[in-house]
Amino acid sequence: MGQQTQAVDLSERRGAGGAPPAVSLRGITKRFPAVLANDAVDFEAAPGEVHALLGENGAGKSTLSNILTGLYRPDEGEIWLYGERVDFHSPRDAIDAGVAMVHQHFRLVVPFTVAENVVLGDHRREGSSFLVHQRAIERRVGELSKRYGMHVDPRARIWQLSLGEQQRVEILKALYHEAKILILDEPTAVLTPQESEVLFATLRSMAAEGRTVIFISHKLHEVKAVADRVTVLRGGKAIATTTMADATPRSLAALMVGREVDITRRREHGGEIGAAALELDELRAVGDRGGEALKGVALSVRTGEIVAVAGVAGNGQRELAETVTGMRPMTGGEVRVHGRPLRGGDAREAIGAGIAHVPEDRLGTGVAPSLSIGSNVVLKSYRRYPIARGPLLRLRAIRDHAADLIKRYDVRTSGPNAPARQLSGGNLQKVVLAREFSGNPRVLVVAAPTRGLDVAAIETVHAYLRDAAAAGVAVLLISEDLDEILALADRVAVMFDGEIVGEVDAETATVEEIGLLMAGVRERTP
Amino acid sequence: MNNSILVVVLASAVLYGTPLLFAALGELLAERSGVLNLGVEGMMLVGAVMGFWAVQRTSSLALALVVAAIAGGAMALIHAFLVVTLRANQIVSGLALTIFAGAAGLSSYLGNDLNLADQPAKRIFHSVLPKSLRDLPVIGPILFNQSLLVYGSWVVVIVVVLYLRRTRPGLNVRAVGESPAAADAMGINVTVYRYVHTVVGGALAGIGGACFSLSITPQWVDGLTSGAGWIAIALVIFAFWRPGLVLIGAYFFGAFSALPYTLQAHGVTIAPELLQSLPYVMTVLALVLVSSAGAKRRLGAPAALGLPYVREER
Repeated sequence: MGQQTQAVDLSERRGAGGAPPAVSLRGITKRFPAVLANDAVDFEAAPGEVHALLGENGAGKSTLSNILTGLYRPDEGEIWLYGERVDFHSPRDAIDAGVAMVHQHFRLVVPFTVAENVVLGDHRREGSSFLVHQRAIERRVGELSKRYGMHVDPRARIWQLSLGEQQRVEILKALYHEAKILILDEPTAVLTPQESEVLFATLRSMAAEGRTVIFISHKLHEVKAVADRVTVLRGGKAIATTTMADATPRSLAALMVGREVDITRRREHGGEIGAAALELDELRAVGDRGGEALKGVALSVRTGEIVAVAGVAGNGQRELAETVTGMRPMTGGEVRVHGRPLRGGDAREAIGAGIAHVPEDRLGTGVAPSLSIGSNVVLKSYRRYPIARGPLLRLRAIRDHAADLIKRYDVRTSGPNAPARQLSGGNLQKVVLAREFSGNPRVLVVAAPTRGLDVAAIETVHAYLRDAAAAGVAVLLISEDLDEILALADRVAVMFDGEIVGEVDAETATVEEIGLLMAGVRERTP
Repeated sequence: MNNSILVVVLASAVLYGTPLLFAALGELLAERSGVLNLGVEGMMLVGAVMGFWAVQRTSSLALALVVAAIAGGAMALIHAFLVVTLRANQIVSGLALTIFAGAAGLSSYLGNDLNLADQPAKRIFHSVLPKSLRDLPVIGPILFNQSLLVYGSWVVVIVVVLYLRRTRPGLNVRAVGESPAAADAMGINVTVYRYVHTVVGGALAGIGGACFSLSITPQWVDGLTSGAGWIAIALVIFAFWRPGLVLIGAYFFGAFSALPYTLQAHGVTIAPELLQSLPYVMTVLALVLVSSAGAKRRLGAPAALGLPYVREER
């Protein structure tokens, strides 16, 4: 209901006679070596609106927001705030002009307290005195968090907080600096669906106070849920600006990708589900900072089945993938592949047992970035014929093998000798998938397989994962993207604080149900 | 009683610990801003030779300290330019500076060119407190029979503690060392903070070097710091980047440095080579103990230590 009236309201505000827009970017162009990140972008946001900036990875959203926050200087174009031209030489100029940003990777000083982080860089208010008055700033931050209903202990240190709480600190920082224009870059990536709802309510109330909220996202339903208007970026250009009332997820997706896309939910992979291929029994492991990251994980994946592990980042998913694939030693429990237990802590043993791994960090862990594509695709097979003969590598065999995979997986590259680091994210992922599949795995562990990829690449990767399941591979999919999980998985296990807190059938599961589990609310036992 | 071996060792621990304390506090400031400076040894030697030159020319100890600080600071400015502006590898730059300035390098050249060798210092730092205090049992020789350099170093410890913990620039520099991206996003100038703290750190190293040529030795000998700069770097790690612990650690290592001389003077016959190697052995042990990656994180090393800061470009 309110959406319709608000939309009219806003279009009036944009009219010639109304108040000037809070933000007006005119003809912004920014070039990086070999990339035109922003191409004459025009963008306007009114006071009191939540304005979504929608686009795929690499569409230029982050560059545009970095220009608005003074981190980058545009090569061409003008920034106008409330009808006045501004020129930002540094982030401080932008902060003083009332622009604040919540970055996707938080800009927080981890050993500092909440209060110290909030006042950091302040040169005008309580935090600006030469001496730091701990109690005064803590009181001020406490008041602020109470006033906006964002509870967080001002004396807590950042490393003690959950990611959702850390995000609240970032927003408090913006409020403390009296930001009138708040930019949030993919803010829901670290939240459960319920936490996202709370965030949206906060953003709405901030807009109701007359602030401007710019919400960067590539998730259509979120944009639909929170924004008044949306501007779609594609290939560095602003393609369209529409009110939410005029937009449907389908029309937005088409604008974002540049063609019609199928955004239907689930597709069958047609794999025949058989016996248990991967079994985890009370699996325990220690995290990077000490402390148990896995506290007795029990899970099984059958042949031809895709089992997804959902959860908010940092609840042990990465450690789970590393432990199963032998990259991290286990401290207790057992991993069995087709009934045979592994010793653990030995990646080569895991490979030998038929476990393939598509890691989360594809450039750092998935490939050796400076080595050629050819060398990268034989990283797991170079010890045996036909890649090696005795101690010698057969270079021609490597080249032929790589050329074959490049062709079969449609990797866009200059050839097998190109270093892996030159590939785009999607092509890099294809190389990793090609290598892992070519070892004829029995179990496939994939973590965040489509993070940072564009829609076309996501479709390709999903198709390969479905093919793997159809061919009888047991796929363990670890992802924070619920859409991806619901599109691929047969079963969803939810991980919270190092444990599997519940399992649901993907066919019947709802986002709410999974969201509650992600927040650690356990299934009631009958 | 004041001649007992323990009192003598403790008194000389304070004397020999003072240059370590200055240099380590300087290194701590640089490291807290995220700059690892392995050029401390070179900066100490340049400070020692220039401070000694100044006192021979002007007979003023105050001026000598100023010159030593400027010399050390100037060396550190080179380091800052290389690693902050040009984003060179901090380890390579620091090592290069120590080799360039150290024994058989710039400091030797200056010392020989200015004919400083084999001269007694015209003035040196003496104990300043009245005899009644100095003669107090035990604490007299240890705490009160010391020069202004020692008392000055205590002031510097207090200033650094308060600066880092209680002031806004102190908060900012800790933020720069932990997370330059966070600091930058909040409008703190990472480059300026790193420059200032590296240069001030170098100045303190210069003063630390002057402690040798104006108080301990007190003359100019090539390579007279004999590795004190390296001990200072280890000391910062050993003290978990906390200035208060640096004070204790400096006297601990000072005791080991002084031990060979005092024991010899008391007629204890242990091979002096063995004793002389002790501070270095301790340094290596300290580094081994704390240099595993996990330990480093737990012990409070600034998270961005050694890493050049670049605003993310695509």
